[in-house]
Amino acid sequence: MTELSKSGAAVGEPTPASPAPKAFLEVRDLKVHFPTDDGLVKSVDGLSFQLEKGKTLGIVGESGSGKSVTSLGIMGLHTAGQYGKRKAQISGEIWLDGTELLSADPDHVRKLRGREMAMIFQDPLSALHPYYTIGQQIVEAYRIHHDVDKKTAKRRAVEMLDRVGIPQPDKRVDSYPHEFSGGMRQRAMIAMSLVNNPELLIADEPTTALDVTVQAQILDLIRDLQKEFGSAVIVITHDLGVVAELADDILVMYGGRCVERGPAEKVFYEPRHPYTWGLLGSMPRLDRDQQERLIPVKGSPPSLINIPSGCAFNPRCPYADLPKDNVTRTVRPELAEVGSRHWAACHMGTEQRERIWTEEIAPKL
Amino acid sequence: MLAYLIRRFFAAAVMLVVIVMVVFGIFFLIPKWAGVDIALSFVGKQADPAAVEGVREKLGLGDPIYAQVWEFFKGIFAGRTYTGGGDTIHCAAPCFGYSFRSEQAVWPVLTDRFPVTLALALGAAVLWLIMGVSAGVLSALKRGSLWDRGAMVVALSGVSLPIYFTGMLALSIFVYGLDLFDGQFHPLEEGFSGWFGGMILPWVTLAFLYAAMYARITRATMLEILGEDYIRTARAKGLKETTVIGKHAMRSTMTPLLTMLGMDLGALIGGAILTETAFSLPGLGQAVLNAIKNQDLPIILGVTLVTSVAVLVANLVVDILYAVIDPRVRLT
Repeated sequence: MTELSKSGAAVGEPTPASPAPKAFLEVRDLKVHFPTDDGLVKSVDGLSFQLEKGKTLGIVGESGSGKSVTSLGIMGLHTAGQYGKRKAQISGEIWLDGTELLSADPDHVRKLRGREMAMIFQDPLSALHPYYTIGQQIVEAYRIHHDVDKKTAKRRAVEMLDRVGIPQPDKRVDSYPHEFSGGMRQRAMIAMSLVNNPELLIADEPTTALDVTVQAQILDLIRDLQKEFGSAVIVITHDLGVVAELADDILVMYGGRCVERGPAEKVFYEPRHPYTWGLLGSMPRLDRDQQERLIPVKGSPPSLINIPSGCAFNPRCPYADLPKDNVTRTVRPELAEVGSRHWAACHMGTEQRERIWTEEIAPKL
Repeated sequence: MLAYLIRRFFAAAVMLVVIVMVVFGIFFLIPKWAGVDIALSFVGKQADPAAVEGVREKLGLGDPIYAQVWEFFKGIFAGRTYTGGGDTIHCAAPCFGYSFRSEQAVWPVLTDRFPVTLALALGAAVLWLIMGVSAGVLSALKRGSLWDRGAMVVALSGVSLPIYFTGMLALSIFVYGLDLFDGQFHPLEEGFSGWFGGMILPWVTLAFLYAAMYARITRATMLEILGEDYIRTARAKGLKETTVIGKHAMRSTMTPLLTMLGMDLGALIGGAILTETAFSLPGLGQAVLNAIKNQDLPIILGVTLVTSVAVLVANLVVDILYAVIDPRVRLT
């Protein structure tokens, strides 16, 4: 990742001056808004990040923080299925390997989908078509982007099923999704998304619908495959354990924005945003002898129609009154560098946060 | 699969026996309880007692009910010989008895009329599937548009307008107004174009009613399916939108339509009474209507049986097709 400096862009995210970025994937000031009868739902409201090939970015946040909408926006699927509804509005820039996707021809983006960028969905049972065999679905995914006959494509499907660890792949290729177990289905889903060797893989809550025993296997599989294929991976999750396992970088989202971003070890061991503290405090730890009660983040996620003024987290933040002049409720904090490649958006001073973390929060975890 | 089929056929056969017994019971017991003499209605009101007695003996009306049902069954499979009143009639299998009114055998009446009703039902079904499904899919894809609202208003009127209204309207415009058709039924044996010309108005009128229902169901199902995760997956693969809709979404939309089609076809074959009456088609529906008016029990019984078989067969075909479409349905 390139060294970036803070600039005065609208969201306060670092924005390089050159139009064609060096990063493999670069998202700049992404906004995805959904017009509804109740008002404009600002699901993603100014998000920027970069991702290199071979690296994994973990996007973490509560339900409704905009994680999934971000991934759908990158894939160009945010308007999919919105027949007759008011269309989602998307703005900003998404650069994938030198191509800006939002201004590109939709048919060109469609051809990139599945080949350059692929997606693994949360619930493999509902994400696979119940009426087609696993093989038929993988073959279809392969043949859209490769001009081969069905036989060749089926051989490729069997090969992929074998690669993701499905026993007897030459037989199971003709099974239907309902004949697979949950873990097997997710493996098949992964096989389908990797069948075209995509350079960007987005995994949207890949383990949420699975048994705990299977979760670790699937995460191992994703990590192994990433090493093998060298793709860039975005893992979207609400489970910090998942990103701890996989991610090089972590991006914490709250209310459609990034509140903290940095290398995984920094975000885990030197977090600089009260919301990240809250997430860590509510995570069960099995590696500690003595475990006090988990500390939940009080309150509920903000309404994306009426995002609280000032810092979106202020109604739930135990430290909201510490900064002077009620600034947390009036001024929106910008992302500011708090360390090397580590940014957080908080009105409290860096030293103040460091002290609170080391003296109050960390000992309780 | 084979075991399933055998079981289903067996169940259908049992069902038919039960239906025959119930219908037979209803049609032959009610006159008895009501004090109406079936023999008398067969012979005519001013008949001499000897003739009535002869008919009673001939039809076995004096026998206990189970014997009468047995004779009826036996007649269907082995034929039946009526003796009594001094003469003997042999009725070859399948024997469904004789009409009280015309004294015609029932079976030829059924075989004459069944093809007309079948052609009406199948032709209309093809039309309403084409019209209803395409209108429904378009409405779903253009939800809230002028087309969607327009199509749904037409569909609503199609559902609410009775066939004797739309039928008369069609007749007055196309037959009496524009003089495009002669408004008569012509048997297929007399030439295809005459037959086709006679069937086209009944087809369109009947199809309009059903197309309306199918359009509404297709639209609702399609909208639901388009929100499914696997449709999003299909798009994420990079499929063209036409493939996403035409292949992935259509396949799922077909299942509820198929269920409806099976029931509707079965019911229609049982007699599209209103359509056949409005267009004077000599089908089963018209036959049964006349039979009811004339208390012609053997005809009613025969048509009821044919209808039951049609419904049972249609349901069986639907169940099998269902398993072909949806692999989660196991035919065991």
